[in-house]
Amino acid sequence: MAKAPKPVTNRSRLHVPEPQFRPGDTPDYSHISVPADHTPARPDPLCEHHETAEHALKLIRVLRFNGEAIGDWNPKLSNDALLGAMNDMMMTRAMDERMFNMQRQGKMSFYMKSTGEEAVSVGHAMALKNSDMIFPTYRQQGILINRGASIKEMMCQCLSNSGDPLDGKSIPVLYSFKKHGFFSISGNLGTQLIQGVGWAMACAYKNEDGIASVFTGEGATAEGDFHYALNFASTYRAPCIINVVNNQWAISSFQGIAAGEGETFAARGSGYGLATLRVDGNDILAVYAATKWAAERARKGGGATLIEHFTYRQSGHSTSDDPSKYRPKDEARHWPFGDPVERLKVHLIKLGIWSEEQHDALAKSCKVEIRDIYKSAEAMGDLSEKTNVNDYTMFEQVYERPPEHLEAQRRMFSEELDE
Amino acid sequence: MTDVKTTSMTMIEAIRDALDVTMSQNSDVLVFGEDVGYFGGVFRCTAGLQEKHGLHRCFDTPISEGGIVGIAIGMAANGLRPVAEIQFADYIYPAYDQIASEAARLRYRSNGDFTCPLTIRTPVGGGIYGGQTHSQSPEALFTHIAGLKTVIPSNPYDAKGMLIEAIEDNDPVLFLEPKRLYNGPFDGDPHAPAKSWKGHPLGEVPAGHYSIPMGKARKVSEGHDVTILTYGTMVWVAEATAAKLGLSADILDLRSLLPLDIDAITQSVKKTGRCVIMHEATRTSGFGAEISAQIQETCFYHLEAPVERVTGWDTPYPHAQEWAYFPGQKRATLALRKVMDGV
Repeated sequence: MAKAPKPVTNRSRLHVPEPQFRPGDTPDYSHISVPADHTPARPDPLCEHHETAEHALKLIRVLRFNGEAIGDWNPKLSNDALLGAMNDMMMTRAMDERMFNMQRQGKMSFYMKSTGEEAVSVGHAMALKNSDMIFPTYRQQGILINRGASIKEMMCQCLSNSGDPLDGKSIPVLYSFKKHGFFSISGNLGTQLIQGVGWAMACAYKNEDGIASVFTGEGATAEGDFHYALNFASTYRAPCIINVVNNQWAISSFQGIAAGEGETFAARGSGYGLATLRVDGNDILAVYAATKWAAERARKGGGATLIEHFTYRQSGHSTSDDPSKYRPKDEARHWPFGDPVERLKVHLIKLGIWSEEQHDALAKSCKVEIRDIYKSAEAMGDLSEKTNVNDYTMFEQVYERPPEHLEAQRRMFSEELDE
Repeated sequence: MTDVKTTSMTMIEAIRDALDVTMSQNSDVLVFGEDVGYFGGVFRCTAGLQEKHGLHRCFDTPISEGGIVGIAIGMAANGLRPVAEIQFADYIYPAYDQIASEAARLRYRSNGDFTCPLTIRTPVGGGIYGGQTHSQSPEALFTHIAGLKTVIPSNPYDAKGMLIEAIEDNDPVLFLEPKRLYNGPFDGDPHAPAKSWKGHPLGEVPAGHYSIPMGKARKVSEGHDVTILTYGTMVWVAEATAAKLGLSADILDLRSLLPLDIDAITQSVKKTGRCVIMHEATRTSGFGAEISAQIQETCFYHLEAPVERVTGWDTPYPHAQEWAYFPGQKRATLALRKVMDGV
């Protein structure tokens, strides 16, 4: 990122970073250079960590805007894989759209879209084994879709209805799908980074092939847990990938608040002795390639890699904020790295395996499929009326076996219902 | 029943033995923390475990309590049974978020999809001139957390059985170790010669595997004048004070604070009609407040006198004034006299 010029004075002044554009401004990103051909070379995945120092400062890209895939990071995916990627991204986007609208109609308490970041989740998932444990944030629903999780179950979780596998215990989007290698999402940001490192250490201890892949937004890299994760991952050479999804915005705070304007998020890994990659997060081939590289490094004993996925959060943080209150309305349109779905579309058309018509048709069929799944999910209840989750389930799963004091409280609750 | 061989042990040795027994029986048990590996821990609780069980099973960690508990959660979720040591309970606060928001809630949040069979061991309490940063008793900050269990032994026999129980429990357990009792019982008199566990019946520790069910108090002495509810170091202060006053005291060593043995408490208080609660931690919102509230809920019409509390003062743990702060026999005597007033 370009930085605000430092004023030369002979006195210390408190510096509070400000984003370049606020509501009413016309975004101009001409200062962000969009590298075309100077993507850093792909080193051997078992290289010394310092051989990736420049990768933390540059940007790994495969897809050019004209649809060409270039450079030695090009994963050369099969046509089937590419079309599958498109399908997963479009399904993710369609689901987000539907759920956002249904929240607006009062069907659920809350929702969080991942619009603009679908390449990060789908591309990442494609490059891992389904058994590798993801420690996600709330914007990686694309991973679940790629891994074939039941979209209906996901929706039921958001609707907190009788089909919710979590029995209404968590707010929407905080999924838990162990069977799909998707760790229970905590609403406390950053906490899971270090847990993922512990998971990875356990894999290594048990001589298993699995790795962990942990996620944070750039905002929560400011938490101590981020430091714990990088430090422990380095100390114990944990087989894991630490992903920073830099989508520019942490609710209303721009990325400069999280970390100052001095250095990239990827560069934070260098001081810990970790491999560091910075990747165009709107380029699904680059995300795939970087993940593949880091996964191979982890699996072969090379330790952890910090990947910064440089992307842009096209929607608000959640249904609870209005982004036009803190950034220009059309900022997403000016984002110099485009939209991940569009970028893959151009590539597929360039390859001759896709067309605008097919794209529109897929968008439409995703919409219909999501609508139908949603209807079947909503038939199991929603939050616009009284929840149909059994209230007594709130006393379950606090402990393996409920201790006496909880049983007593359960009886008290029962009296409350009789009243 | 065949005779089980017993050995005279300190609480340190009993804790080490519990770790050794579980590590020998189950390769999922890992032990780690600051200085616990090669050196064997600042209180020596893990001495020899690395040599016996290997570097991968007992190892040093960075000085990072949040990190220690964080990796332990991930390991526990991935099928291991980590036993993490926090060098002093006073240092546990950086891990508070990981304990309160993560370990304790993982089962609930995921509706049983993921679990967290994790044990956190940490020394608590004063009596060693540790000052503000090596003396705290933060148990009430943890008994307030749904999903966590908090236990505290007062002798080597219990320490071993309770630690094995904690490690084998499928939920996170905070295991508090009263450091003043590591090497011997302590009746609250800092000027008396230090006692050893050697020769004490509760220092006789059976070999091999045994466990003590969680949530069960231990009856220290049977009596009819007054009930004393206590745990940790204060068990010994309570026993000595009651004996000195010639009281027939029903003393309960609670051992497990959450879950709490409310049945044993109720039974005893209904019998004696008088109750003094003793703990070393600060008074306001201390665990005694919870016990006191529960007693008035269950035993109000049996009470002959208000419930008294003997606690540390609501100040940080001072250094030079350690024995003015510590709730010793004098404070216990005044409280016992007060509840016995008019008898």
